[in-house]
Amino acid sequence: MKFRLYRYSPESGEKPHMQDVELDIDPVGKMLLDALLAIKAQDETLSLRRSCREGVCGSDAVNVNGKNRLACITPLGELKEPIEVRPLPGLPVIRDLIVDMEPFYRQYRSIKPWLINDGPEPEVERLQSPEDRALLDGAYECILCACCTTACPSFWWNPDKFVGPAGLLQAYRFIADSRDEATSARLDNVEDPYRLYRCHGIMNCVDACPKGLNPTEAIGRIKSLLVKRRV
Amino acid sequence: MNTRRFDALIVGGGGAGLRAALQLARSDYKVAVVSKVFPTRSHTVSAQGGITAALANVDDDRWEWHMYDTVKGGDWLGDQDAIEFMCREAASAVYELEHMGLPFSRLDNGKIYQRPFGGQSKHFGGDQATRTCAAADRTGHALLHTLYQQNIQHRTQFFDEYFALDLLRDADGYCLGVTAMSIETGEPLLIEARTTLLATGGAGRVFWNSSNAMINTGDGLGMVLRAGLPLQDMEFWQFHPTGIAGVGCLITEGVRGEGGYLLNKHGERFMERYAPHAKDLAGRDVVARAIAIEIAEGRGCGPRGDYVDIKLDHLGEKTIAEKLPGIRDLAIRFAGVDPAEKPIPVAPTAHYMMGGIPTNLYGQVVAPARFGPEEPVPGLYAVGECACVSVHGANRLGGNSLLDLIVFGRAAGKHMLEYLRDNPYPRSLPGNAAEASLARLQRWDQAGSERVAAISDDLRRLMQTHAGVFRTDAVLREGLEKLNELEGRLAHAGLQDTSRVFNTARIEALELENLMGVARATLVSAISRTESRGAHTREDFPARDDEHWLKHTLYSRAGDQVDAKPVRLKPLTVESIRPKERVY
Amino acid sequence: MKPATGAHAGTGIWLVQRATAVVLAVALPGLMAHFLLALPVDFSGWQGLFAPLWVRVLLLLTALALALHAWVGVRDIFMDYIHFTGLRLALYLAVIVTLAGSVVWLAAVLWGSA
Repeated sequence: MKFRLYRYSPESGEKPHMQDVELDIDPVGKMLLDALLAIKAQDETLSLRRSCREGVCGSDAVNVNGKNRLACITPLGELKEPIEVRPLPGLPVIRDLIVDMEPFYRQYRSIKPWLINDGPEPEVERLQSPEDRALLDGAYECILCACCTTACPSFWWNPDKFVGPAGLLQAYRFIADSRDEATSARLDNVEDPYRLYRCHGIMNCVDACPKGLNPTEAIGRIKSLLVKRRV
Repeated sequence: MNTRRFDALIVGGGGAGLRAALQLARSDYKVAVVSKVFPTRSHTVSAQGGITAALANVDDDRWEWHMYDTVKGGDWLGDQDAIEFMCREAASAVYELEHMGLPFSRLDNGKIYQRPFGGQSKHFGGDQATRTCAAADRTGHALLHTLYQQNIQHRTQFFDEYFALDLLRDADGYCLGVTAMSIETGEPLLIEARTTLLATGGAGRVFWNSSNAMINTGDGLGMVLRAGLPLQDMEFWQFHPTGIAGVGCLITEGVRGEGGYLLNKHGERFMERYAPHAKDLAGRDVVARAIAIEIAEGRGCGPRGDYVDIKLDHLGEKTIAEKLPGIRDLAIRFAGVDPAEKPIPVAPTAHYMMGGIPTNLYGQVVAPARFGPEEPVPGLYAVGECACVSVHGANRLGGNSLLDLIVFGRAAGKHMLEYLRDNPYPRSLPGNAAEASLARLQRWDQAGSERVAAISDDLRRLMQTHAGVFRTDAVLREGLEKLNELEGRLAHAGLQDTSRVFNTARIEALELENLMGVARATLVSAISRTESRGAHTREDFPARDDEHWLKHTLYSRAGDQVDAKPVRLKPLTVESIRPKERVY
Repeated sequence: MKPATGAHAGTGIWLVQRATAVVLAVALPGLMAHFLLALPVDFSGWQGLFAPLWVRVLLLLTALALALHAWVGVRDIFMDYIHFTGLRLALYLAVIVTLAGSVVWLAAVLWGSA
């Protein structure tokens, strides 16, 4: 199979370039990650992140033929050759397929992603109805792979100011949690022309999410809550 | 060499490390976490089914019954004081997670959802219990993210993508931190800490077919072996019965807990023959052996007869969507079947290391020393899969792993606080403390004829063949000989890529060194144990031998020595559970 | 970078964008229909179309909505791409002057010609 891989090594002094690679591999039942690791076994200078190889840890997000995906759950057979693999767009490249995720993590931390409840702690669990718990479905499953946020042009232009789809989805995860008491403060935190309203609803994030989540919908819900609070 | 100084240092950013870090971060002490991956990429994230605690939300339950099941599940090799401690603390530890925001699934009355898991019983071996608390089939993900979020809130200092190399110790044996390497820059770093906790997880990647993440390479075990400390019960590896055939990704025991069952090629529910009472919910070692036998005797499914089927379509679309959405996803992606319509092909896959770094129930690493066989190594702790408390004995029960992480993570965190109060002043680091580490790093700048990737592959194949579900003396010894050859080859291995920045080839070489140590410890310990107990099945010694082998093995690298230490059969407060035949 | 928190702004202008979109969606087809159905052949016929007060009021309101809608949209584009604050402010000013000027001019045309 034919691959075109983005290669960059800061120590080599060379500019980033695309490398053509031929690999003898039977695509049946294989994922893109299998192919990348097979290439790495031949040429160990190729660098990429990987961990769980089953789509739950979020390490190996890359841009494949123009779309952000997790290499470990992208079937090789589905891809058009030459398979072009690049690092995630919109983040500084450290080397080859590895990007600096810090701008993404910083936005995640900025939404205060932890449950806030200053009420007295019962000695058993806080109760939550299955209906209230169902509100978290589609939000808590985020694996922080950054596929969505780095597919969003608004994040490309303002990575330091726009929270991005992943961060906003997590903001909603806590707003939606019946156990969380800080809804108002959380709304204050994101009510901002840049932090929230850079989202113009183009839904690249929905298209990119490898877990099938819908950040745009969550952002819409945050906006309706803000409107409700205001009018 | 750059140096950073903290009161407490945690090596490993999985569930155990983050739970301990949280305990310390809530205090006034400075705590740092070193992790070779961003913490939420740790293998805890893959845990599916749940965390076991006798909350009795669904059905009658008591922690004493949980304790009985754990002792029996571990084939009486677990230390009963530690098991009592874990089962007693379970409920409060789980409630605490709930208070931190973990999004548990809920029952209609609003309490935490619980599901039946293998090896769980009421009334000390009676009917099936319902004890495993779950967040759908993503409990590990929910737990790890919750703990990470709590740590950000409490401003834990994270060294993400730093690879820990070696323990720093002084002449009196005190642990004073670690040497590490920034993966991004390739620069070595010395992290001094008055107390250090290893929470580096398992080493399942030592097997060819494994459910484990690619990062599970036993790094903490390698550090401990190099420091001259022993490893305990390394012959005990759990093979999870239901990994997706040919891939290894896990199909949670929760599938069987929700009512799924196993079928051979004749469509027979074969577990009824092996465990007439518990059937598909017998201990994992029992089910894995049963599947291996079905396959070996020609009753496997598929063209090569190398797997069995797990059927869950009868559970209905709704149950699968609500309780097992991640499993459905995995099955569609990796096996090409929708479990709501067709059974999933499964086979046993290496899953969990029951052995590890010997500790007491405060997480202190213990080793034979001047004053006795279980002397704490001052300043050094270990928790989670890399540690052996031992609560899992010869076979771990499903749902007890996440529990182990948070109960002993919390206990170790608390004890480290006491240690910091009792040892208020930093001890000075010997001048040459980092020398061995630096030499190890420099060794990989030299050229060599052998390739790391090839040796890794051979090591995994070797372990799969020679230390798998069924073992004999001859097969194990042959494996050890082959391992000697591999070690010879490793000495001549070199990297093609000697660059500094994010050189993952260098990391893989360092990981291979750690895996080699794990493999040796496993083979040598397995040869020494001439009985079958739990997950360690010797075809040449098919029976459990309590007279000679109701004891732990302690492997030391010097001279491949295997010592023994007694199993603690005396719990903290309740009556001892005496060994008897283990049937399900 | 200092930790970001919300400026407590943005919801109003976002609402304005949505509300003006609704106004435009209703008013534009109505006005189009009004003009197209009685397409005049000469100037006096053309003038006559603007004679009823409701036409002039509706037209002015639509233009106001369009200007506000355009303002939010253009402001978004500048916020996305123009990171130099001085330049962005100057461009804001130019757009505001142009849009406001156009609306006032339209009002003058509509009422001045009567």
